[in-house]
Amino acid sequence: MKFDTPATTNPIDRLHVVGKPLDRIDGPLKTSGRAPYAYEHHDVVAGQAYGFILGAGIAKGRILSMKLDTASAAPGVIAIVTHENAGKLGKSANHTAPLLGGPAIAHYDQAIALVVAESFEQARAAARLIRVDYQRSEGRYDLAAEKPAAREQTKSSSATAVGDFEGAFAAAPVTLDQSYSTPDQSHVMMEPHATIAAWSKEGGADTLTLWTSNQMIAWAVEDMAATLKIPPETIRVVSPYIGGGFGSKLWIRSDALLAALGARIAGRPVKVALTRPQSINNTTHRPATMQRIRIGTTKEGRITAIGHESWSGDLPGGGPETAVDQTRLLYAGENRLTALRLAVLDLPEGNAMRAPGEAPGLMALEVAMDELAEKLGIDPIDFRILNDTQVDPAKPERPYSQRKLNECLRIGAEQFGWSRRQAKPGSVRDGRWLVGMGVAAAFRNSIARKSGARVVLGKDGRITVLTDMTDIGTGSYTIIAQTAAETMGVPIDWIDVKLGDSSFPVSAGSGGQWGAHNSTSGVYAACMALREAVAQKLGFNSSEAEFDGGKVRLGNRSVSLADAAADGPLSAEDFIEYGDMDKTYQQSTFGAHFVEVAVDSATGEVRLRRMLAVAAAGRILNPKTARSQMIGAMTMGAGAALMEELAVDRRFGFFVNHDLAGYEVPVHADIPHQEVIFLDEVDPTASPMKAKGVGELGICGVAAAVANAVYNACGVRVRDYPITLDKIIGKLPVV
Amino acid sequence: MRAFDYARATSPAEAAALVAARPGARFIAGGTNLLDLMKLEIETPEQLIDINGLGLDRIEETPEGGLRIGALVRNTDLAADKRVRRDYGLLSRALLAGASGQLRNKATTAGNLLQRTRCAYFYDTNQPCNKRRPGSGCAAIGGVSRQLAVIGGSEACIATHPSDMAVAMRALDAVVETVKPDGAARAIPIAEFHALPGATPEVEHRLERGELITGVLLPKPLGGIHIYRKVRDRASYAFALISIGAVVQKDGTGRVALGGVAPRPWRIEAADAALQHGSRATVDILLAGAKPTSENAFKLPLVERTLGWVLQEATAGERRG
Amino acid sequence: MDRSGDYDLSRRGVLASGAASVAVVSLPASAATRAAPATQGKPPVHSTVAFTVNGERRSLELDNRTTLLDALREHLKLTGAKKGCDHGQCGACTVIVEGRRINSCLTLAVMHEGDAITTIEGLGSPQDLHPMQAAFVKHDGYQCGYCTPGQICSAVAVLDEIKAGIPSHVSPSLTAKPKLVVEEVRERMSGNICRCGAYSNIIEAISEVGGVTA
Repeated sequence: MKFDTPATTNPIDRLHVVGKPLDRIDGPLKTSGRAPYAYEHHDVVAGQAYGFILGAGIAKGRILSMKLDTASAAPGVIAIVTHENAGKLGKSANHTAPLLGGPAIAHYDQAIALVVAESFEQARAAARLIRVDYQRSEGRYDLAAEKPAAREQTKSSSATAVGDFEGAFAAAPVTLDQSYSTPDQSHVMMEPHATIAAWSKEGGADTLTLWTSNQMIAWAVEDMAATLKIPPETIRVVSPYIGGGFGSKLWIRSDALLAALGARIAGRPVKVALTRPQSINNTTHRPATMQRIRIGTTKEGRITAIGHESWSGDLPGGGPETAVDQTRLLYAGENRLTALRLAVLDLPEGNAMRAPGEAPGLMALEVAMDELAEKLGIDPIDFRILNDTQVDPAKPERPYSQRKLNECLRIGAEQFGWSRRQAKPGSVRDGRWLVGMGVAAAFRNSIARKSGARVVLGKDGRITVLTDMTDIGTGSYTIIAQTAAETMGVPIDWIDVKLGDSSFPVSAGSGGQWGAHNSTSGVYAACMALREAVAQKLGFNSSEAEFDGGKVRLGNRSVSLADAAADGPLSAEDFIEYGDMDKTYQQSTFGAHFVEVAVDSATGEVRLRRMLAVAAAGRILNPKTARSQMIGAMTMGAGAALMEELAVDRRFGFFVNHDLAGYEVPVHADIPHQEVIFLDEVDPTASPMKAKGVGELGICGVAAAVANAVYNACGVRVRDYPITLDKIIGKLPVV
Repeated sequence: MRAFDYARATSPAEAAALVAARPGARFIAGGTNLLDLMKLEIETPEQLIDINGLGLDRIEETPEGGLRIGALVRNTDLAADKRVRRDYGLLSRALLAGASGQLRNKATTAGNLLQRTRCAYFYDTNQPCNKRRPGSGCAAIGGVSRQLAVIGGSEACIATHPSDMAVAMRALDAVVETVKPDGAARAIPIAEFHALPGATPEVEHRLERGELITGVLLPKPLGGIHIYRKVRDRASYAFALISIGAVVQKDGTGRVALGGVAPRPWRIEAADAALQHGSRATVDILLAGAKPTSENAFKLPLVERTLGWVLQEATAGERRG
Repeated sequence: MDRSGDYDLSRRGVLASGAASVAVVSLPASAATRAAPATQGKPPVHSTVAFTVNGERRSLELDNRTTLLDALREHLKLTGAKKGCDHGQCGACTVIVEGRRINSCLTLAVMHEGDAITTIEGLGSPQDLHPMQAAFVKHDGYQCGYCTPGQICSAVAVLDEIKAGIPSHVSPSLTAKPKLVVEEVRERMSGNICRCGAYSNIIEAISEVGGVTA
């Protein structure tokens, strides 16, 4: 199904099932501990051995020698994989550093060996018996030190110039020129990367099956094929339940590669999980940024010049954190500048983490807006509303498909009691606490991606949906079932959903908040094809027949849906693909975050008291699961605001706090009750579902709202995240 | 984790003798710290002697009016004991400020005293660490040190002691009771129990090889207002940036001990005498000679400001009765 | 503690100069001088242990190193308890042993002779959910589901702990009985990390089951 004109009325608009706050259909399995995650597929293949990865002990250099004899002789050891016996490996373009290092070492804790043994305990102990001699070479580990050498990314779509920014900024009567920084952050999803790999002979060819934890099944197949240099058709990837990803599982990691290599060399299925420390330095992280924002306005507060530049680092061949992207679109202004600069760093690989670009970018931009509003003496909400734009500011002929940022701000202000906010910082006290409110805009683009599915109508009238779409906690199982039920006109409990298997049609996958609207649109397309097949089978005119209540109806004739499958299951497959409406229209999602914080007047500790998000993100397919996406992202944003930072050892080149005791993320006690309001919006240009993404919108801007609330509470403006008490305490008044 | 033998001891003396008899043997009780470290091969015992069956899990009143806490009393039980809550609120509060409910259900009184540092370099066996591997160097000095010691450290080590409970014990003048491998009992005042690193940061306490903690003795209650204030980045389940344990009497006299600033629970008796003169005067003595790093210098004003709040709170609490 | 050391001297010199460049290092330092483990060449050291899991008596022959978590997951194939960190820093492995919640990753299976262990599988099944499991579904108190069994085991135990009068860090008074309020529940649940950030909903689920008030 090609989607190239705005959607008109379609079966989804009935909203009998779609749009309802239904419980997740996978809920009973998950809450009873029966949903099998990657490492837990005990029953899929016999004889699983255990693999344990050894990571590099240095950040950069070469392995001079590896002594394996003691480890090989250790109890239970079956095989050891290193670069010496792994065979010639390729590298997918999706990986910056090789997943298996040696002799060259690209970053700290890069995998250099896998020990395969009969038990986990044996494999772990034997891995410690490998002695590695390294030649350490000099590395670059300090973004601030490498900043002057950073290369301008002139070819990046993030590099833009409109009008005369420098001139307009110089001429503006009111200006802000500030620098901000965000630290390296880790996804630390609760399930560390894990894979079971098994080789078998099928039709004379060696085939590889991976039970793994991965967001993008088709990419996993392609990347594994490119790395092992085998045909993608010989690889099957299965990933039905995923214990979180947030971008860390967009691509296969060392667990998958080494499980495959280990299984090949050991001649047995092998299961491998990364340890929690490995999940920090062995995999990817959100890169730190240094940002400069310049905004010039008229005396009345209209933006005339807006410039945003960002510096980040990555391994050679890596990419920048696109922290300036939202600044191209979020506010009006005739003269604009955005630029990215990339330094070479020898830290672990930087890559996507929930809302890459916007998450760190808005941490800076939305504080800058708050600072400028104060300079202008305008309420920060009014200042944003004043600079709203309903068109792409760089291309005024290109309108937003929907943009209700102002409504989000106004409704949020009303709900949150914004009028009670005292503009003067430090004016509200509650016992030992200084209390303040902050606001920030949320913004994230909606991305259109091709997505396919197959639907099968069984004799019993049940419908099975098969797609390689993944559910990483997002609610894919449920919204896909809702979509199929709505389109086919059956109750949701007639639908079975099977996900995360490369033998199913390729979907959009989970990433970039593109999963929900694209994957359900693909399911919708497949269901429309099934309706066609059913109508043909039953002799209905498909364009006129009604599918409702498990029946197909036209005029006085009504036939049970199951009758169409009386001779055998009826199957249909289709995909959604898109025209150029995303070019004609700017398709984005919007929101407003409101936060109340309390700052301890003695210690500078910051504690959240209230959080509200108002979002406008197209049709909300399931308000319950969508709300969960929002509150989860708000929680991650609260962590980014207040505590999350990978501490870099700038001498040895690694993230020092590589566990969940050292890398603090929010716990229950940090998070107050959270409110979410979705505006009633449908976007017929975005997808036949009239929906857009929402999974990343919630993290966009929330940290800035916290920062602004901290300033309002205690008068201390922190521009270097996270906002820890050491950055506040020196500026608080005497107790 | 290296392979080890496992045996259950049936009496404290037998346990002590078993550990003394075999180099590489260690006691295991709650296991929450030891197993954590064994998985990373920071601890590599060849034998574990399980002491959980020794019956050292009672809290008894002493003839002197104090309490004897068995070495194996779990943190949860100690914090919830009615007598502790009534008479040693500081101890109860310190315990409840530490770790998580699950960990407190398992962690023991003796094990808590023997907790090892959370210095990130101690936890990474690829890095030099004089405590983990004497003579290898200290990567924390000049490295990431925000959490680490501002006082009591040395050129060999700036690790902090991670326990909250031990801070309360220090303020309360607890006495650690042990049995040696030869069966002899010994009492070690808490002030002498933990060692400063000096040139030997691997030596963390005064126990001899095989010597088993059997209990902790609390002197008779001090009265006064008991406050334990732990300052940390997240609201729960985090180690202290700094913590303050204080007992303050009606007349403003009292005791104060600090956590998160030094390689052991930090108390200077002379500083107690300055409490009546306020936070600044107390901290001047308590943290005299502090040598913070650029990353943790904030702990000095943080201690002073937090102690100021504690003293205010104590006065207010006294007024409230 | 293994104190025999040959930690590379060039590295110490490097440290003294404050930079870590161009040096030869050997890692792990301990492997160099360390003889093979005590049990080298012999079979790994095993023990037999018997305990009750979800009401069923189970007897296992285990490597002493096996944690209770791995005994459940790898030997008994009860994979409801999760390995999120293996170091007591996340709570995903929470199970209830002898009526108390613990981190099953930080305890050896052999230390649980005769114990009664309840895992998430023992609380309820998909067809017959425990009220806490049902409340998590109703309030969407989970997303990816990986921390969920630990959250639920903890939640069940937390309500019992409050009822038993065990105080917490946020109890205003040590001598009064703790109140069934959300602040108490949040503090007590803080040993269970949910990176998806379902906390607000988890608290609503627990509140409904336990009659917790704001």
